[in-house]
Amino acid sequence: MFARLIRILLCLIGVGVIGAVAFYIVTAPSPQPDEHWAGLGDPDLANGERIFWAGGCVSCHAAKGAEGEAQLVLSGGLPLASPFGTFHVPNISPDETAGIGGWTLAQFGNAMTRGVGRNGEHLYPSFPYGSYARMTAKDINDLYGYIRTLPKSTNVAAPHDLPFPFNIRLSLGGWKFLYFTDAPRVTLASADDKVKRGQYLVEGPGHCGECHTPRNALGGFLADQWLAGAPNPEGKGRIPNITPGSKSIGEWSEADIATYLETGFTPDFDSVGGSMVEVQKNMARLPAEDREAIAAYLKAVPARQ
Amino acid sequence: MKLRLIATAAILATFGLGSAFAVGTHEDREAIMKKVGGATGALAAIAKGEKPYDAEAVKAALSTISENAKAFPDQFPPGSETGDKAASPKIWETFDDFKAKSLKLSADADAVLAQLPADAAGVGAALKTLGANCGGCHQVYRIKE
Repeated sequence: MFARLIRILLCLIGVGVIGAVAFYIVTAPSPQPDEHWAGLGDPDLANGERIFWAGGCVSCHAAKGAEGEAQLVLSGGLPLASPFGTFHVPNISPDETAGIGGWTLAQFGNAMTRGVGRNGEHLYPSFPYGSYARMTAKDINDLYGYIRTLPKSTNVAAPHDLPFPFNIRLSLGGWKFLYFTDAPRVTLASADDKVKRGQYLVEGPGHCGECHTPRNALGGFLADQWLAGAPNPEGKGRIPNITPGSKSIGEWSEADIATYLETGFTPDFDSVGGSMVEVQKNMARLPAEDREAIAAYLKAVPARQ
Repeated sequence: MKLRLIATAAILATFGLGSAFAVGTHEDREAIMKKVGGATGALAAIAKGEKPYDAEAVKAALSTISENAKAFPDQFPPGSETGDKAASPKIWETFDDFKAKSLKLSADADAVLAQLPADAAGVGAALKTLGANCGGCHQVYRIKE
């Protein structure tokens, strides 16, 4: 009797170990192959700056309330409240010790597109690598080149403040297994180059879906609700639906959307508000053709109520 | 007996105060903002060349913005925190800043009035200055329903 109990116990432990090993193998951090980052040549800094504003890096990585030149100091430190705890945004200035000045292109690129940190660890998806995963190696190379030209900061951000089990980085492998993908968010039947550019900007560097798409309890996107609006993660109110089925902007023309992104004014001269204010300021720095591409894509995605 | 009198007086005072400040419904607030928005739209139409430059129209629009932005904070008296889902509780938490932001828009409009733009390009430049106030305040104090 006792021997049998032991045997059952050993079996259970065995299953547990096999399960843990299988979990680790399936969910281990998986950077891009080395050749993905090879042979990209000198970065095109002008394109890097364009991607920098499309990506909205300053909204989280600059000091809170920074304006003008001060925005270009990516000192980090901003606390990001979420249902999973409080994240503290890291310093990504080119400082060799406090920032990412000592990182290789591959390390930077794998953080951006695979959510893998410098030491091979999983990164938290509060850093929107789930969107950046769609970015081309060229854009990553150009962006990194541009960031390296910015001022250095020695600020060291506080560590994330997360309750159990979210403080276990290994568990992020499970999250990635369930939700991480670099596939297109929507399939657009007859997309011209303009719409495709918009799709790249919105689904990739612009990471619009991170706020505008609702999530389930584990933080995964509801796949059939792409850009359909979601509760405001920072408190009261809602992040609006921006599909053609939207009550607030469904009636807007492409030109209306592009103008809003440029000036912050809606067609009836209400103005941008909330966290979109920072986003709109970033979008205003893009070339007009990029704002027009975003507008064209937003008119092409499936309408949601 | 005396205690009851005090209590009654207190209740009356509270309700009396409440009714004296019976401004600040969502509709009142929105109406003021719509006037500012309408005036901004009139300026934008001139800046974009959709309408010809008209000094009187520019003056009228700027005056509308100045007056309404000056009056706007009075729509948020103490005790009017509830009932308007678009108004952030932060308005009352940092009321001085909220008021200062609204008054700055008013002052900016007055400054443009004092040196009235003479053409469409001038109106466009003024609009940029004024427009920055909109997002600056809405970023913190306006909630999207």
